This record gives sequence, structure tokens and C-alpha cells, in this order.
Amino acid sequence: MRTFDLAVIGAGPAGMAAAVTAAKHGLTVALLDEQQRPGGQIYRDVDKASPERTEVLGRDYTHGRSLTTALRSASVDHIQGAVVWAIEDGFRISFTRDGAASQIGAEKILLATGALERPMPIPGWTLPGVMTAGAGQILLKQSGMIPEKAVLVGSGPLLYLLAAQMVRVGVPPLALVETQSWSDFKTASRNLFGALRGWRYLSKGLGLHSEILKARIPRYTGATDIAIEGTTNAEAVAFTAQGKRITLPCETALLHHGVVPNTQAARSLGARHLWDARQHCFSPELDGWGASSVQNLFIAGDSAGIGGAKAAEIAGQLAALKIAAECGKLAQDELERTAAPLKRARESELAARPFIDTAYPPYRPSLLPADETIICRCEEVTAGEIRRYATLGCLGPNQTKAFGRPGMGPCQGRYCGLTVTALLADANGTTPDETGHYRIRPPLKPVTLGELAAMGTQSDKVAK
Amino acid sequence: MEADYAIVGGGVVGLSVAWGLLKRGKRVLVLDGGDGSFRASRGNFGLVWVQSKGMKQPRYARWSQQSAAIWAEFAAELGHNTGRAIPLEQNGGYDLHFSEETLEATVRDYETLKHRLDGDYPYEVLGHNALRKEEPHIGPKVVGAILHHQDGHANPLRLLQALADDVRRLGGTVLTGKTVTAINKSDLFRIACDDGTSVEAAKVILSAGLGAAQLGPQLGFKAPIRPQRGQVLITEKLPKMINRPSLIARQVDEGGIQIGATNEEVGLDDRVTQPGLSGLAAEAIAAFPALARAQLVRSWGALRVLTPDGLPIYQESKTIPGAFLVTCHSGITLAAAHARLLPDWLEKTDKAPDLEVFSENRFAVS
Amino acid sequence: MKIVSPFPDANFSEHVAVSFDGQTHFLPKGTNLAAALLSAGITVFRNTPVSGAARAPYCMMGACFECLVEIDGVVRQACMMEVSEGLDIQHPQGRNSDDADL
Repeated sequence: MRTFDLAVIGAGPAGMAAAVTAAKHGLTVALLDEQQRPGGQIYRDVDKASPERTEVLGRDYTHGRSLTTALRSASVDHIQGAVVWAIEDGFRISFTRDGAASQIGAEKILLATGALERPMPIPGWTLPGVMTAGAGQILLKQSGMIPEKAVLVGSGPLLYLLAAQMVRVGVPPLALVETQSWSDFKTASRNLFGALRGWRYLSKGLGLHSEILKARIPRYTGATDIAIEGTTNAEAVAFTAQGKRITLPCETALLHHGVVPNTQAARSLGARHLWDARQHCFSPELDGWGASSVQNLFIAGDSAGIGGAKAAEIAGQLAALKIAAECGKLAQDELERTAAPLKRARESELAARPFIDTAYPPYRPSLLPADETIICRCEEVTAGEIRRYATLGCLGPNQTKAFGRPGMGPCQGRYCGLTVTALLADANGTTPDETGHYRIRPPLKPVTLGELAAMGTQSDKVAK
Repeated sequence: MEADYAIVGGGVVGLSVAWGLLKRGKRVLVLDGGDGSFRASRGNFGLVWVQSKGMKQPRYARWSQQSAAIWAEFAAELGHNTGRAIPLEQNGGYDLHFSEETLEATVRDYETLKHRLDGDYPYEVLGHNALRKEEPHIGPKVVGAILHHQDGHANPLRLLQALADDVRRLGGTVLTGKTVTAINKSDLFRIACDDGTSVEAAKVILSAGLGAAQLGPQLGFKAPIRPQRGQVLITEKLPKMINRPSLIARQVDEGGIQIGATNEEVGLDDRVTQPGLSGLAAEAIAAFPALARAQLVRSWGALRVLTPDGLPIYQESKTIPGAFLVTCHSGITLAAAHARLLPDWLEKTDKAPDLEVFSENRFAVS
Repeated sequence: MKIVSPFPDANFSEHVAVSFDGQTHFLPKGTNLAAALLSAGITVFRNTPVSGAARAPYCMMGACFECLVEIDGVVRQACMMEVSEGLDIQHPQGRNSDDADL
């Protein structure tokens, strides 16, 4: 088994920046990523995109090329198309690539596994034709494709970005159904001072709004009672806004109400996570460098807490510097000196966050869905079932998992975990921290028994 | 709060006993742990199993048979009460063999046991071809199997849920999120929990799984219980491909193929390991080659609750009468016996089963 | 749902034959398989093994497992694959399929 000083999981902004920085300081580095090309979701296929496409996607997207370029010239073992399905103490990383499983060893690990769309359980959200706004972005970035006759539903800057990009390619959405209200904006304005320090984000936001306005896309704000209607496919978005019930026929509904850290790998290693009340999600407990509660395990980027691509890039660099120092490749004073400007830059990147988080809060009814709404897409478990299991003594999601199978499907609870925790906390009168989260175990992603069996039972020792 | 019985441990063992006592009109209080407690009740393999049990102690084989025989009726009642059936199949189960030698050796042992059970041990040996007729997906490496007609399998999680539901419906009190720290007796047993909760009961049953190792000695039990790790795999949901369960693999009612299990002495470590998973996957593929292309979607490690000889312990405390230790590693198979037969033993009625061989007397003083 | 390619570059790539449930589709080689199937007008990728409900890609990033298809007997995520010549794609069998009583 090949072993490295550092294994970075995830080749988005945090992972690429970390891998390059660590390699620069003389560490042996492996960078594992599921995709065939670097970039993560934010810079998905950025090297492949045609000029027409990059014009639509903008400079925030092409910035990713600075990272992929640096990665190409760095001495990093970039293992592309590698689906990591187990990380064990020591560390031993098992992954599948091209239909065969293999392992590498690593002294230290940096998880840069990014974010997931916050689950948005509403009636009809499992219908074909319902996708996340992030999925719409990925279609555009990777494949140059976009859904026609789409309604964008939810809240948050990504919704406006996607709407503007759809306008630019000449396939505008039919409407924006927004869940946030004016009062959310007023509350958020208390953070306006911080937001002004992140003026870049605000002005960008205003630019997107004016693009959408110019294209005369109908916008509905403060939408409630949202449901996707249809039998085998999405046929309409129905909602109530300004006291009126409205049904918008469509072929696609793109949902979004924020993103949350993808914590699967970190949890599988037992890293401590805490509830973040402002972002309504769990985030790993980390020090300023990204070191987790598990020795030699670092986490950076959105998987450490949502901060966006630029902040992720900086966090990756900071974690890599600290790791280099721990490996004796960087003196303490050198570490502090190099890190100081990065820390300042990160702070300014994150300045607008409190404003954004408050101005675009999650859609409340999706945090505690109505009884009949499916909350576990894989096993088709409803919110009402979770509430019933609470009356049968279930205090946490591992008990409801045993009782009714939420979280047992192939997605491993990625799209129901937060909802189950919220429902149980609400039903039992406990906090999300007291309620806890699924215990995540291998396989982090499904692996065939054949691939697994071929690895053999000899425990391959990590050469130190 | 005062009860006839306080039961420490709200897993399948504790809840089965609670259910049986409630049905007799007893006031029952169950103290259960939290979401993160070690819970064999949610990590077990789900077999309702007779063969291979009690090879050296026919009374254990008989006790398992007794429970298996009344399981269907027990499950039907629970299903009726809770409005949701508990999936159960008792059409026999296999012990699969990859060599003639192990098959023959097992048959010799079974014959001995069968004799000691007065012939009540209905099994047959299937050669490869006969087995293939029953199980079209069986692989060429399997030389044959022992088909035992008293074996079967159930959905153990649905059993757990039904018990949690019906114990409450029958008026049982279940306190959750409790860690019992001390049990004392004056007139009544007083049970103290780490969160300050204190309950009283005339009798106390310790069915706390691995927790009994710590609490048992307070009540005068030896409680020589240790954890043994079993890693278990389950695949994506597949069309029906395995008809009868075996110790290697069974197809659960939802469609997944469950594959088990390792036997590892690693203390309280319930993690899975790649070598453990790979070994189980290889064995399952040897038995059913088509599984090579099946996706593994989940795996887990669970800790068996084991005594030195693997048999249950049913013991009333000699120093503190009214305190009982009830523990076993076959809580699913024995659930029906615990619900239907054990209350007579606890209540010392005429119908009490003879459980003397399961007392702690069998363990030498160390 | 209908997925379109507003960019001219998408039309330049070589199209190869791919079979989905016995139907032949010509899809741009090397593109994301889930995206390509959607653009070919395939709106339902599978039916769940729980209720039989229709499902199609949801996240496009390998996390939701809604775009599962069966290729060479292995159930895989279409959104994590690229179009290649001769792919023989089937509806995953699942539990509720016709041969459930094999």
C-alpha cells in the first residue's frame, strides 16, 4: 500500500489549494476525488468549459482555473474518479476506481468534501423533474445543458445566480418562487455592517437582481405551502403568496434553500460535530487551522461550515500550512507569518455570511415538514412516522433508523439526516446536539461485494 | 413511581419480558438507554434459529426449539395489537458447507444431539444438486447444506418496534435515555440513574445486555458477560434470490441481502474494518456468486452479549432475592420464550419452566 | 422535463449509440450520462424498490442516488458516469420487478 504524508479528500477549492500548498512544502500528497476532473462542484469541469460557457458562468467560475493550473504543476498524486468508501484509523483509505477497489495510507487527512444542498422536503419533491438548483448549475457547468420550463423555488443567492445564468443562455426560468420575506431582510440588516465589509458579495447580488428584473422573470416572495404537483413527473409548483393560492405549470422545479456541510466522512471517523444555529446545520468542531477532535484529521472548506469558494480556498491553504508545520516542514514562526494575511483574507471573505444566512433563511416548513411529507427519499419515510417513533421512545436518529429505516438507503442519510434530527428534537423537546445525528459507517458510498472481496482479509499495515 | 417489576434494559430481551409480565397484569417499568447505547437489538442478524445451538447442552437446544415453536403466534399477536405484521418465515434454514469433511462432522454432532432430544431434531442433508434445486443461485463451491426445518428468520427491527409500541399500549412505563448507576434494596428496590431519576419496584430484572457486567455484581450476580463483535453487511434491495436463510446470508423482507458475521474479541469496539467486510463479502460470493455484482449499501458492527459457554443466564440473586438476571445472545430466537414462558419462572408458578441449567451455578468461582 | 443545450459546442461532439431499456439513443460521447439521458427525453430513470415510485436525477453530484441505472448487472449512479459507445442500460431490477418470484 502506498502511503503519503497527507491525503486530501475532495478536489474543490479547499482540497486543491491544500494539496498544492502541502506539496510546495515538501509533503507527499495524494488528492482523491470522485470526479474525473478537478474543480469540485463550484468549479465543475472548469478546464473543459468552452468560451461561450465561461462567458455565461462568469469570472467567479473561471477563477477555478488558477487552482487547477496550480494543481497540474504541483507534485501531487491526483487520484481522479476515486470514490472513497472507508477511512479507518491510522489512516487507511479504501476507494473504488474504474471498478476496482484499492487502498492508500496517510499520516494525516484533510477532508474537503464540500457541501450538499440542504434537503428541502415538500410534498412532491421526489417526483422526476424536481432537482436541486445545484443540479441545475452542474448541468450547465459540466454538460452545457439547462432545463426548459423550469420554476426556481426557495431562497438564497444561488437561486439568483442560476436564474441570471439561465437568462444569459436564453432559457430563462418561468418564475422564481421565493420563500424569504421582507422581514427576513430587515432582521438581516442588523448584520449589514458586517455585510458591507463583504460588499463584493452584496454588489454581485444586486447585479443578479437587476438581470432577473430586466428579463421580467415573475417573482413571488414569502411563498408558503409549497408543493410540487404531478403524477409521474413534476407538472406544476403550487404555493400561497400574498394571501393567494397560485399554481404555476412547469416541467422542472429547481429547489434550493441553502447548502450544508457534507459531514459523512468526518462523522465516520468520529469527529465531534456541533449544531450551528445560524446556519441550521451541524458543523465539525475545529480549531482555527481546521484540526478536528480526531488526531491528525483536518477539515476545510464548506465541509467545515458554509463559507463559500474563496473562503474554502484560504482555509485549505491554512490547514495545509499547519499540517506542514506538524510534519516538521515549516517552522512555527514561519507558519504564523505565512498564515497571518490568509487569516485576515478569510475573515473578510466571511464578513457577509451572517447577513446572507439571515436574509435567506431556510424554508421553515421544510425544516419540520408536515406529517405526510416524505423526508427520507430512499426508504420513503414520512415526517409523521418520525414523530410517531418519538412517541415510542426514540430519542435519536439511530433509533428511528432501526424503527422505520430512514437513513438506511444508498444515500446514507445525506438527504434526511438533518430533517430527522430536527423532527426528533422538536418532538422530544431536546436540542439538536442532544438529539444527535446518524452514526455514519462505511461504506460512505456503495461498493460492490466483488470489489470488496477482491481486497482480501490481510490487514495491510500502513508503512510509517 | 412504584412498580411490581423494574426492568433494566429496553432491548428485545427486556421488552419481551416486560410484555409477558404486563399481559399477566403486572405493573412494569422499563429503564432504557439512549440513542448511542450499545444495542444488540438493532444490530443482530435476525435469525429465529435452532440448529447448532446447545450441541453440548440439550436443554438449550430444547429451549430454543420451544421458543421457535411459539414464535409465529407471539409475532401474530404483536402484529395484531400494533396494526403492523412482523415479517417472519419459518420454512427452515441452512448450514452451508464448503467441504465434505465439515459437513460430515456437523452431521455426526447433530445425530448425537438428535438422540439426546429423543429424535426431535428435524433436519436433512442436501447435496449440492439437491440444494441447487432449492437455491438456484448457490455456487459450485458449496458442497452441500444441512437444512433444519425448525429454523427461520424474522425482521428483528420490526419486532423491536412492535414491542416498544405494545409494552406502552399495555400500560408499561418506559423511561428512555437512562443510565442506571446504582440499585439498592430496603423494602423495595430503589434504582438510581445518572440524571437523578430514581424509581422503586418490588422486583428488578437485569436485562441490560453488556451493562449487566457492571450492574450485576451490585446485586450479587457473577454476570460473566463479555462483548464479541459481529460485523454485518447488507446489500441494495434485490429481486428474490435466496429462499432460505443461512448463517452466511439471508434475504430480508425488504429485499436486501444481509451477510454475516464476524466473531471478534475486541472489547467494546463496534466499528467495522475493511478486512472484516472483505472476508464476509468473499464468503457470501462463494456461496452465491451472483452477489459479486451487488452493491453493499450498509455495514455495521454489533456487540454480542456472550457468556463463557454461550448459553443464556436466568438467575435469581442469592443474596438479594427479587433481583433477576436475564441475559442471552439470542434475544430474537428466545423472544417468544421470554415473553410467554419466562414470566412463569419469574412468578414461580406451577408452570415455571425448568431453567436450572441456565443458572450461574455453572460458572466456577474465580 | 426537458433539458436543452443552448451552447453550440455541445453539438460538435461525436454521438454514439447507447441503449436504455432496449431503446437506442445517440448521445454525445464523454458527456455526463445522467445529463445525456435527460436530454434524450428520458424522464424516469428507475422505480423505487419500496413503493415503485418513479424517480430521476435530483442532485447530479453523486449524493442522492436517485439516478441509479443498471449496467452490466451492476446498479450505478448515472450522474457519476460518462457516455461511452455501446452502453447497455437497464432499469434497475429492484425488489418489485417481474421476476421477484425467481
